[in-house]
Amino acid sequence: MFVACDLAIASTIHVGGKYPIRKIQEAISMAKPNDSILVEKGVYKEGNLLIDKKVYMIGIGKPILDGQKKYEVVSIKADSVVFDGFTVEHSGIATLDDPGGIKVYNGRGVIVQNNTLEDNFFGIYIQYGKNCIVRNNHVRAYGVEEQQIGNGIHCWKSDSMQIIGNTISGHRDGIYFEFVTNSVIWRNISTKNIRYGLHFMFSNNDSYITNVLKNNGAGVAVMFSKKVSMLNNFFEDNWGDAAYGILLKEISDGYIIGNHFSRNTAALYLEGASRLVVQKNTFEGNGWAMKVQASCMDNTFEDNNFIHNTFDASTNGSLVLNTFNHNYWDKYEGYDLNKDGIGDIPFHPLSLFSVLVEKNPPTMLLFRSFMVTLLDKSERMLPSLTPDNFKDPQPRMHPLKL
Amino acid sequence: MFKITKIVLLDILKSKFVLFYTLLLFVMSWSVFNLEDNYAKGILSLLNLILLTIPLVSIMFSTSYLYNSSEFVELLLGQPLKRSRIWISFYAGLSLALTLAFLVGTGIPVLIYAFSTVGIMMIVIGVLITIVFISLAMLCSILTRDKAKGIGLSIVLWLFFALLFDGIVLFLLFQLSDYPIEKMMIGVSALNPIDLSRILILLHLDQSALMGYSGAIFKDFFGTTSGMIVSLSALCAWAIAPFLISLKRFNKKDL
Amino acid sequence: MIEVKNVSKQFGKLQILKDISLTLSKGECVAMIGPNGCGKTTLIKTILGMVIPTKGDTFFEGKSIQNEYAYRNKIGYMPQIGRYPDNMTIGQIIQMMKDIRSDHDNLDEQLYINFKLGGLLEKKMRTLSGGTTQKVSAILAFLFNPDVLILDEPTAGLDPVASEILKEKISSEKAKGKLILITSHLLSELDDMITQIVFMQDGNISFHKGIQELLDETGEQKISKAIAHYLKQTQHV
Repeated sequence: MFVACDLAIASTIHVGGKYPIRKIQEAISMAKPNDSILVEKGVYKEGNLLIDKKVYMIGIGKPILDGQKKYEVVSIKADSVVFDGFTVEHSGIATLDDPGGIKVYNGRGVIVQNNTLEDNFFGIYIQYGKNCIVRNNHVRAYGVEEQQIGNGIHCWKSDSMQIIGNTISGHRDGIYFEFVTNSVIWRNISTKNIRYGLHFMFSNNDSYITNVLKNNGAGVAVMFSKKVSMLNNFFEDNWGDAAYGILLKEISDGYIIGNHFSRNTAALYLEGASRLVVQKNTFEGNGWAMKVQASCMDNTFEDNNFIHNTFDASTNGSLVLNTFNHNYWDKYEGYDLNKDGIGDIPFHPLSLFSVLVEKNPPTMLLFRSFMVTLLDKSERMLPSLTPDNFKDPQPRMHPLKL
Repeated sequence: MFKITKIVLLDILKSKFVLFYTLLLFVMSWSVFNLEDNYAKGILSLLNLILLTIPLVSIMFSTSYLYNSSEFVELLLGQPLKRSRIWISFYAGLSLALTLAFLVGTGIPVLIYAFSTVGIMMIVIGVLITIVFISLAMLCSILTRDKAKGIGLSIVLWLFFALLFDGIVLFLLFQLSDYPIEKMMIGVSALNPIDLSRILILLHLDQSALMGYSGAIFKDFFGTTSGMIVSLSALCAWAIAPFLISLKRFNKKDL
Repeated sequence: MIEVKNVSKQFGKLQILKDISLTLSKGECVAMIGPNGCGKTTLIKTILGMVIPTKGDTFFEGKSIQNEYAYRNKIGYMPQIGRYPDNMTIGQIIQMMKDIRSDHDNLDEQLYINFKLGGLLEKKMRTLSGGTTQKVSAILAFLFNPDVLILDEPTAGLDPVASEILKEKISSEKAKGKLILITSHLLSELDDMITQIVFMQDGNISFHKGIQELLDETGEQKISKAIAHYLKQTQHV
């Protein structure tokens, strides 16, 4: 009853060249809560646009809001604002107050959707948000150096966020989460960002599902977080001196299931990770499929495919507290007498050379030399220097269909 | 000058061995490119194969050819020919013949399947490595009169460059692991033409990312134009220096 | 024409030539004889510049042969065992030699005709018998009509007919006033054509005499006997 009444008295304000109101800010100041503001196609250079009441902001034909490289373009400081269909470009650049294309302050239920963000310092910035939805936005910037560009979609101290279907490129980090809980990141495409495609810090109980994280300077980093589920994502072409498909540091109780890791320098890097379930992933054509540091424990790796990786695994210690089982390794040379699809002898995924390199990185100088090939072959036959329990006791004979 | 080179070249090209070598290279290259799904991987696998085969074949074949030709050399020495001219002709003839075999056997598949900067570099390096080991063969054959000893020596040299040298490098790397030795290792790698070739190709295949910090240092050197020029010059030096030493000895040799 | 002056040659500890001096003049047919390993071949190779002496020098027409090669245009050399690139045919070898030597106009193909090698031109060198290979070596030595012929065991391995052809050829070249140097251990073969004998032993030249002088001194009719006589004499002294 209350809602219906509310809607009944809401009105629509048009902004544009052919209407009496030509400034968006003017329309906002006139508007009552729940009013809709329809902005016609055009270029609006109004400095900072402050949305301080619950309004529906609808762009018609992608009107352009230009921050002229001086201002934070859109500031949302009210709950339940909908901001839909705009082009937001050229925000100011500052490292102190982090100006964004669209910045949400303490908003609940804010929806930012169908916008194009071009050349902003931060793209969409949400702090102290709750139940906000960021959906179907195109966020693009042209950063060259890490210090001179902010993140594409940045969430800080927020809860129950939905980041869905956005494409982000050219920012420092594509999607950045710090102290964000109970949120979902779904169907985003984050490419060619300078640092990470996706960056998590201190964010628990989040899921990210079916995202494409490709060609980012350093891949993806998830640090100091608990209960993160990473499902069905694509980590591709994160190639460089310090690039990772995904870098996990101090992570626990997470799920890494059904992901595809292709052509990354190090597909999966684990440091201080515990109780993770790594299952049904495909590791293909990476430099290292897994770098599992000795500080990791109680992680389970099962039913994964390891195909065409230069190294399947490396570790920096001799203590192995993780379990490997039922994986497919293309380097496995064992046999299967009883034809149950499981190899009869264990597979040791650590090559001697990968152990040597971990101990002494310049050894990489001998990479692909004849001697290293010989060493690896002899070590496979008679393991002596590699940790004996770093093994898959039941390797698959054939890859899983994933 | 070219007369004798031509004679040596034709003599080698007519032998079944070179035909076999060309075929071997061709089958190797062709199958590698067909097995691997992209050309960079093909190049990488081929690199391992050719860095093993080319030095072995070049040094063994050339050494034994030189010993088998000793009477022919003697015949030529009885003719009004300058000594150095004879030796240079053998060097040129061997180099041309084996280079031709390599270009047909590996060069053509590489150009077809992997026409790229790295592909072309691979061909250049293959040619250089061929000549380097011919040059070493000429040194081996001049150091001792005994054919068995000479061939033994050439096998030892091959083994040294293909295998033992890397063992020594590995040992050094671990002995000196407390020092920043990456830059020094660049110098050390120049002491082995096989290592030099391998690293040059690897770094141009973007494998330096796998080498981490050391790789970055190597890439800073080998990846730049000047680094390329320096390393290719080093390879050329390897192709020339042993030959020059052998030439000097040949000029004083009794036959 | 050829003057060897104080030539010594040492291979390791072994002294092959011990301070040898020898003068060979135009028109002579010199037989160099001596037991196996006495240094005959080494001396020949020194003259050809194939062996570089430890001490001493050789002069060809008055010029030192050190670092020279053009003088070999005037020498035809037939090695003891000629070996040629396996895959070349006789025709190719002959053609190759013609390519290498510049003096084409004055070719002497008499031996080639007399040995009747015309039908074998397409044969590869590795398929030839030792005798045929020797024939090729002989043809090559005479082909360019050189002023000096150096023949190392020329008749060894040749059948009697070929041997006779070669001897005739040597005689006719000698008649042209050429210098001919032959090593052989079969003395009887050389009887009728040689004018001088150099006898070598242990790296020394025991004697270098004209035939007539030798026969007169020893009072023998045959060269072989004369040498045996001479050797006995020197050993008894």
